[in-house]
Amino acid sequence: MTGSKFVYVTFIRTSPEKLWSALTTPEFIKQYWFDMTHETEWKVGSPWKMLFPDGRVADVGEIAEFDPPKRLAFKWRNEWRPDLKVEGWSHCVMELEPADDAVKLTVSHTIEVENSKFIEAVSGGWPKILSNLKSLLETGEVAIANK
Amino acid sequence: MNDDAVFKALADASRRQLLDRLYEQNGQTLNALCEDLAMTRQAVAKHLAILEEANLVSTEKQGREKLHFINSVPINGIAERWINKFERRQLSALSALKRALEGEGGS
Repeated sequence: MTGSKFVYVTFIRTSPEKLWSALTTPEFIKQYWFDMTHETEWKVGSPWKMLFPDGRVADVGEIAEFDPPKRLAFKWRNEWRPDLKVEGWSHCVMELEPADDAVKLTVSHTIEVENSKFIEAVSGGWPKILSNLKSLLETGEVAIANK
Repeated sequence: MNDDAVFKALADASRRQLLDRLYEQNGQTLNALCEDLAMTRQAVAKHLAILEEANLVSTEKQGREKLHFINSVPINGIAERWINKFERRQLSALSALKRALEGEGGS
């Protein structure tokens, strides 16, 4: 395999529509994404930004694909760590597939850099974010309040 | 998808070894995973199927190859559910003890 990539999968007992809404509603995202703010108009080609709670820009990019309630993709670059920013653009895809009484959510994140530090950095965060999202949708509470 | 499947999948040294190998190098083919292992290809394939069934490994087709990725989301869920929770309780019990002792000392 060239470049760096991870693929995370979680099964969430909800509907594709509810999960889609959870992935694209900034006020909701904050609850499972450690108070990070997403800024975008949620259509293909819209700029996208993720901000820390104090307003600093964490990541930038744009909405690459927007196909509710099935597929959402971001062009994504780190903005606050020079060693990660220098690796350039990554690609993040979220896929939703109905699976019995749940939805299979697959999140993949790819970059054309071998042994990418960026991928290593985000791969530490995704399992926590996805665990939180699952827990929030299934029980109404997040599992991990702090990063 | 349940915790039982995850615990069962993890209760095997060969499968944990496969997860360690994917942790070192994510996105490997079956052939690559078989290298230098004292296991037959069939055994590795069987272990991978169990890991995938437990959602500890995710796969993706790339051309004619199937790549395997470590999926740590269920492990994270278990850590929260079965480890961190008890750790927090222990810590809060300790801090309650400390408060009680200090309260006694001060009165």
